[in-house]
Amino acid sequence: MLTINRLTRIFGGENGVRNVSFSVEKGEIIGLLGKSGSGKSTILKAITGLDQGYSGDILINGEKIQGPHEEIGVVFQEPRLFPWLTVLENVQFGLNRNKKENIAAARELLKEVGLEHAENLYVKQLSGGMAQRVSIARALVTNPGLLLLDEPFSALDAFTKMQLQDLVLKIWKSQQLTAVIVTHDIDEALYLCDRILVLSGKPGQVEREFRIDEPRPRNRGSETLARMKAEILHSLGIEAVYS
Amino acid sequence: MSKKATEIPQTIPLSFETKKTGKKKRNPNILLGFILPVLLLAVWTAATETGFIPSYQLPSPKNVIERIVRLVQDGSLWSHVGITFYRVGIGFFIGTLAAVLLGSVVGFYSKAEKIFDPIIQAFKSIPSLAWVPLFILWMGIGEASKISLIAVGVFFPVYLNIVSGILNVDRKLIEVGKVYRLSHFQLVKRIIFPASLPSFFTGLRSGLGLGWMFVVAAELMGASEGLGYLLVIGQNSSSPDIIIASILLFAIVGKLTDWFVKIIENKVLAWRDTSAIGG
Ligand SMILES: Nc1ncnc2c1ncn2[C@@H]1O[C@H](COP(=O)(O)OP(=O)(O)OP(=O)(O)O)[C@@H](O)[C@H]1O
Ligand SMILES: [Mg+2]
Repeated sequence: MLTINRLTRIFGGENGVRNVSFSVEKGEIIGLLGKSGSGKSTILKAITGLDQGYSGDILINGEKIQGPHEEIGVVFQEPRLFPWLTVLENVQFGLNRNKKENIAAARELLKEVGLEHAENLYVKQLSGGMAQRVSIARALVTNPGLLLLDEPFSALDAFTKMQLQDLVLKIWKSQQLTAVIVTHDIDEALYLCDRILVLSGKPGQVEREFRIDEPRPRNRGSETLARMKAEILHSLGIEAVYS
Repeated sequence: MSKKATEIPQTIPLSFETKKTGKKKRNPNILLGFILPVLLLAVWTAATETGFIPSYQLPSPKNVIERIVRLVQDGSLWSHVGITFYRVGIGFFIGTLAAVLLGSVVGFYSKAEKIFDPIIQAFKSIPSLAWVPLFILWMGIGEASKISLIAVGVFFPVYLNIVSGILNVDRKLIEVGKVYRLSHFQLVKRIIFPASLPSFFTGLRSGLGLGWMFVVAAELMGASEGLGYLLVIGQNSSSPDIIIASILLFAIVGKLTDWFVKIIENKVLAWRDTSAIGG
């Protein structure tokens, strides 16, 4: 689905990422973990095509991309909705079929994210969690082969966060979603991902890769995950304070 | 009242609800706002009716009203208000049109910004009334010089707001458009234009305010009709009642036009987070 070959993007000497290579199979959820400044967003921005200043190759279905690609949907850290559009119109933003089909498709996704009753609201009337749901619906309505998420839930409270993680899993199951998710939250990565790439250093490089074989839905408190968490913390250079 | 963020119930269509809840919450404030005007009117009446202030300096409210009624009866009020309104209307239209054209070009093409913006900034710092003698010299005391002056006054606030509206569109929203591979034209139409509308309306309303200010200047500098001309008559014939009547009419007509633009603004920008609207 997605292959990244020796992606390098350096800003002013030390910052950025160097020689990052990994690939993502269809139906996989990949997590990118790393300390602040390790280059997670830089990698994602290169894949979205918004940043063209990198060297190395990014291939989607074997084809090298130049600029934003139609197979890619993006969920940003902030919802980035258009305040002058209603919820339904926001979800339709990326569609360009005829009006009826657009509306039908948007309604279907709103239902999927549990907001079918909110289609006529404006952005100012949404809570943070609702807004992020709308933004997920907008990203998914075009049926992207690959969904990129940059810390999508980091601004939300713990409870809403868990709900939205479950929403991602639900959609993953029903649409065979492929996703790359950047996160600070190790528990989130462990709960969602097939593989977790840990970035470290300056400029950032892939330091380790963890594979999580537990079937989903996973038990958030499971012992395997807890053990893995300690290992990840260790690889990030942070010792677990408990054993 | 502008600071009050009105929470809106979630299931009801917006444009209506904002207004209704807004009114209900604003009512006590409106009453508060009436206290001083009523007090002022009372003092004014008392001071003039008792002869404490002689009527050749300050006429009583009753005299002013009577004067307005007389102007209505002999039919001259409508022509005065009409011609002033016409001047502001045409000047406002021309100034706005020029501002929209130039503002969009400067906002969208950074080359144009580099060419036009410095000179416009320089012209902006000239107090617009300083143009008066030049305009009279060029165009005489007729309508052309009056309307030009008003248009110049309207142009700057509208232009400046359009440009800053376009340049300050949230980069993050434009990125969303880019992710969906919108063309340049589509970006303008679907993101930049709607995102800069609030700023455009801010410009329109302050432009309109300046238009009313400048029509006074334009009519003071020589006119045979208009509300500003009434001011001159009032001064020359030592009739403060005419002057105050004219001031009152300026206030009323100016407020009405602003109110009209505001209604359109609230309709067009119903999506806006109301707490951010400046009254
Ligand atoms: N456009 C840019 N110009 C200059 N430096 C940049 C730019 N974008 C990112 N950087 C630098 O590159 C480094 C990596 O940034 P990046 O945003 O990818 O980090 P991150 O891993 O996403 O961090 P966080 O977890 O805080 O979001 C940082 O040191 C940042 O200062
Ligand atoms: Mg980041």
